[in-house]
Amino acid sequence: MPEVLVRPAQPSDDKRWKLVNGTMRRNGYARHALIETLHSVQGAFGYLDVPALRYVAASLDLPLSKVYGVATFYHLFMLEPKGRHACVVCTGTACYIKGASGLLDAVQRHCDVATGGTTEDGRLSLLTARCVGACGLAPAVVVDGNVLGKQTPASLLGKVGELP
Amino acid sequence: MNADDLAEMARHCRDEAATVPHEVRVCMAASCQSSGALPLKEALKEACAGGDRACAVKGVGCMGLCSAGPLVAVTQPGQQLTDAVLYRDVQPADAAEIAASIGSAPVERLRCPTGLPFFVRQQRIVLENSGVIDPESLREYVAADGYSALLKVLGEMSPGDVVQQITASGLRGRGGGGYPTGLKWSTVAKSQDTQKYVVCNADEGDPGAFMDRAVLESDPHRVLEGMAIAGYAVGANKGYIYVRAEYPLAVDRLESAIRQAKREGLLGARVAETTFAFDIEIRLGAGAFVCGEETALMASIEGGRGQPRPRPPYPAELGLWGHPTLINNVETFANVAPIIRKGSAWFAGIGTPRSKGTKVFALAGSIANTGLIEVPMGTTLRDIIETIGGGIPGGKAVKAVQTGGPSGGCVPAPHLDVPVDYDSLNSLGTIMGSGGMIVMDETSDMVDVARFFMEFCMTESCGKCVPCRAGTQQMHGLLDRIARGEGSGRDLALLEELCEVVQATSLCGLGQTAPNPVLSTLRFFRDEYERKLVGGR
Repeated sequence: MPEVLVRPAQPSDDKRWKLVNGTMRRNGYARHALIETLHSVQGAFGYLDVPALRYVAASLDLPLSKVYGVATFYHLFMLEPKGRHACVVCTGTACYIKGASGLLDAVQRHCDVATGGTTEDGRLSLLTARCVGACGLAPAVVVDGNVLGKQTPASLLGKVGELP
Repeated sequence: MNADDLAEMARHCRDEAATVPHEVRVCMAASCQSSGALPLKEALKEACAGGDRACAVKGVGCMGLCSAGPLVAVTQPGQQLTDAVLYRDVQPADAAEIAASIGSAPVERLRCPTGLPFFVRQQRIVLENSGVIDPESLREYVAADGYSALLKVLGEMSPGDVVQQITASGLRGRGGGGYPTGLKWSTVAKSQDTQKYVVCNADEGDPGAFMDRAVLESDPHRVLEGMAIAGYAVGANKGYIYVRAEYPLAVDRLESAIRQAKREGLLGARVAETTFAFDIEIRLGAGAFVCGEETALMASIEGGRGQPRPRPPYPAELGLWGHPTLINNVETFANVAPIIRKGSAWFAGIGTPRSKGTKVFALAGSIANTGLIEVPMGTTLRDIIETIGGGIPGGKAVKAVQTGGPSGGCVPAPHLDVPVDYDSLNSLGTIMGSGGMIVMDETSDMVDVARFFMEFCMTESCGKCVPCRAGTQQMHGLLDRIARGEGSGRDLALLEELCEVVQATSLCGLGQTAPNPVLSTLRFFRDEYERKLVGGR
């Protein structure tokens, strides 16, 4: 008897699940497309919550433990929602030498947020990156996807202050 | 597309380019884009529009001098960067002035002299098209002899011939290890398995290294061509490029390059109308440094946690999904097409007896000309830093140059005359690595540098083997104590002992090399450690 594949129910009828389903379909629901799928979930929803992990696990026929293991192994996957804006300070060698820690300190103190955390009003997340490859522009900060080069604490706080 | 079609396309494209007397090239690599190259390109397009089509504005890849971006070069078609009029720190407001100057006197206030050693001392093989062609155009790559090596291989050479050419060229892995590429290819080629894979390692995780990113952003077809040639040589029909998710622009350009190559029949079921089939798929990393290690990388491609496994068996015998897999770095693949085109003897004539060809380096830190350079192997470090790199800004003195990232070490100022090749750097206790070079001036604190790298290894340790997981934690604790001036002589002795243990007993390269920055700074800057100990030495 041919195996009947039953696709699990989506966690919600949010339209963004279409993007995730598309990624899985393009990869033939292959188990090895797990990381691609998680990227797609995070791209659509901003982070990975437990219902999403369960849904991906069931869709790709993988144990939840494996999906959770992968989601927590890689630095880029977030299990909690980010703030409305993200300020990513590069802490690669070149940026470190040119004062990345001063930039981090400034944002931490000025916005009262810990590295890896989000401000209480959910406005800003402060994150670090290993190296964004903009070493020629050190120290570099990525604010909402835009790379800002040659930053000083003052210029960065100015940029962060301008965010809506 | 067959060989005749390719030659026809190249001719057509060159003829077409020759009808436009001037070309305005705007660097569209990530670094210049962050300095505003996109609005600049639009402004230049507008300023140069109209008239009698005397100049064409196009986006190109990295021109090298990233710290002076956005860069704009005004040239004649096909001209190299050194013959161009180069402008630095160009703003959209300067567009009209540049447009008006074309064909007459250049705008001196924006000019960046291309007679500088930074430009003329380079020898570009891997970067020959970077900053010259539009990375999003397959036609421009073809006009620059692109894909001719692949068609030559398919039409005139047996797989064995190709492996032999690569072996004879003396090419060694550019990811840092320096393993002979030909030997790796022949191991995979010899296997009888019917399913084999080619993997391009584009997980450039070393902080301070951006060579591979520049190649992918500036000339993605070159990497695809190298991989397809490798596939033919070793008998693989499927390739994966494992690229960092932190490089969105590189991913975009690769995706579009793969699409174009498939459309032209240069990848797919019948490559260039032959029976050779080769497909390439992109796999995204997710921010784990350890995935640069080949067995961890394969685990990640298979969709799992990127944890390494013991070798042997090596991937060349037992790789992806249990099949023989050839893994090479971006820069290694980028060298393949030129070797086939110009012959192994030409390549073997460049560099030193044991390190052939050129190497791309990313210069960063306390140096005047931050950016990307390509020089023959064997160029001295002093030449690279003081002449090509333009020395240290602010009249400071070089203290050390860090190579090889968290797996490497520091070359102190008195040893700057070392020729840069695999073996000479090893003898100084550091490694070639993938090509990141961080220059540190006299104000740098070497204990702090060692602590920085140890913190990196500690957070990036995958946790599979105990020596690395626990060892990096302990070493970081000791370094931190010493750096804060609270360490004792016993702490320093314990640190050295731990370095040895972790180096000898870790499972993979990450742990085995994690102590290198400490050992290297201890070797050359021991007094800095001792001065920080409680009660001096």
